[in-house]
Amino acid sequence: MNTTLVVSISREFGSGGHVVARELSKLLDIPYYDKSILSRVAEEYHLDRNELSKYEEKPSNLLITRSVRGFSNSPQDAIAEMQFDMIRKMAGNGESFIIVGRCSEEILTEIPGILLITIFVTGDEKAKIARVVERENLSWEQAKKRIKKVDAERQRYHARYCTKEWGDRSYFDVIVNSSKLGLEGTAEVLEHYVRARLETYEEDANE
Amino acid sequence: MVASIVALFIFVTMFVLIVQDKIERQIITLVAGLLMIVVVFGFFMRSPEAIWRTLNIETFTTRDFWLASSHGGEGTSGINWATILFIAGMMILVEGMGKSGFFNWLCLKLARFVNYRPMPLMLAFMTLSFFLSMFIDSITVILFLAAITVELAMMLHLSPTPLILTEIFCSNLGGSATMSGDPPNIIIGSALGYTFFDFAKNTGFIALVAMVFIVAFFYLVFRKKLSGVTITADEIAGLPAPESFIKDRGYFIESTIIFFIAVILLITHAKTHLTVPTIGVIAAVLALISARKKAWELVKGIDYKTLLFFVGLFIVVSGLEETGVLKVLANWIGDISGGSLTICIIIILWISALASAIVDNIPFSATMVPVIKALAAASGLDLSTLAWALSIGTDIGGNGTPIGASANVVGISIAAKNGTLISWKEYCKYMIPATLIVCAIGTLILFVRHV
Repeated sequence: MNTTLVVSISREFGSGGHVVARELSKLLDIPYYDKSILSRVAEEYHLDRNELSKYEEKPSNLLITRSVRGFSNSPQDAIAEMQFDMIRKMAGNGESFIIVGRCSEEILTEIPGILLITIFVTGDEKAKIARVVERENLSWEQAKKRIKKVDAERQRYHARYCTKEWGDRSYFDVIVNSSKLGLEGTAEVLEHYVRARLETYEEDANE
Repeated sequence: MVASIVALFIFVTMFVLIVQDKIERQIITLVAGLLMIVVVFGFFMRSPEAIWRTLNIETFTTRDFWLASSHGGEGTSGINWATILFIAGMMILVEGMGKSGFFNWLCLKLARFVNYRPMPLMLAFMTLSFFLSMFIDSITVILFLAAITVELAMMLHLSPTPLILTEIFCSNLGGSATMSGDPPNIIIGSALGYTFFDFAKNTGFIALVAMVFIVAFFYLVFRKKLSGVTITADEIAGLPAPESFIKDRGYFIESTIIFFIAVILLITHAKTHLTVPTIGVIAAVLALISARKKAWELVKGIDYKTLLFFVGLFIVVSGLEETGVLKVLANWIGDISGGSLTICIIIILWISALASAIVDNIPFSATMVPVIKALAAASGLDLSTLAWALSIGTDIGGNGTPIGASANVVGISIAAKNGTLISWKEYCKYMIPATLIVCAIGTLILFVRHV
């Protein structure tokens, strides 16, 4: 594949977006990154990965954060920027990959010469709760609250760094409900979509 | 009464929104200022005079604005154009100096002078930060110093945290020493008519004494972290030469001369009667002439957002002043202190320090200037003593937390961008004790000299 393909997957908590990303990565034979991008950031900046993960994809506490002429004291802001820079650099260097979250649906839009495909994975509420109950060993109510909390955090995180709201439909090429076809089935459908887009992109490029 | 409540509501809402940091702060103060003019002055007070006093446009036409005829010629009412004009002028001057390579050259020259040894480097950069911040805004000082520091620290294989924290502290401390060092001092000085020399004699003396203690404190705290690091000749050879930052030697020399002219004008302004806005304009004009074709770049470098922030802020504070809210606060402080200067110094210095550690010290000091003026008028206490207490409290208190002063935010951010995360816990562990030491020294000196 000569084209630099970046698939940005945003997801609701419990929708199985990670699993979909992982399956899609196998089908397309390109790496996928979620919080694992931190390892690359840690390597680049000679940092302790565990230290980074404390602040990862979490919104800054605005009461203890201040910005001055584009500078911020918040470690969350610093780590978010490091991740964004890393993701931009990877795409700019011609790496093809799948990236989960990290505002990638917006921060990559201005990288020239790449095919960026943006996907939002949602799910039926019951299916999401059931997945969180099983994965995190929580009660039904606890799982429901956890979904609400994490999605609210993602919303605030997104609001701090992006121009549009988290989950805004205008960001995405595809919005898919993972509960309808199952996670593997969803990944397969997405594979077809991505390949079709690739084909069109390369045809256009050749013309 | 209703006007006072509405004015207070606008002020508190403005402060909360500034703390939340969701909307750009100049938009917040400008909207709050507009509401103050329309709703409080226009609707409730029906006072075009209050609006006129607040906009304070006629100040430009007065001789005292440009050439001080007597001590204490400025009033506190309305937009403090003297502060805004001086800061704008200094922004242009500093932008020119940055472009000439002056700051990078100076930092590296000093680093080379101490042979890049960690502890002397820390002490040298602390001193540099202190003295530069007496004349240049602390953001610019930290912007250059912290960037050079992280680069040097990386090459020397040492943590930049001690260096950056001490630079931040000394920048805020140096800023407290003079009228031109920190925005609260410019606001206090120009609103109450104090000179550069008045500040130097009072807050400057406190800052110098405190600097001795702070150097000793940070030396003891960081000596282990910075010991045992050696640098080889090869590593030194790999460092950039100070001269490499000077692209145009002529421009560099001119910028340096203009900087020293500005410093001399500031130091002597009580004798020459030139006011701070006049000095700001002179510095800006000289910098623009020197920049020649690059003049427009210097103008573009003006942080107009900060200037607009000041405009809105002064309008809001005028609203509190015109409606009598600040007089109530002054009377309250007067009642608690029972007219005792000792208690007033403690209240003003320590409350200012605490408040400035949590919220931006600029709106705080702008609000407190009319308060101490009213307090002094009502209780007969010496206004200048209250002003020095306010200055030390607001300037030094800002050191206490990562969000207390602009220099802190910039220093921490530059460190983080280069891979050194300084958490609240780590920051406060070193900076709170240092802040307490300086506030205690300030309190003691004010007691000894004024009570």
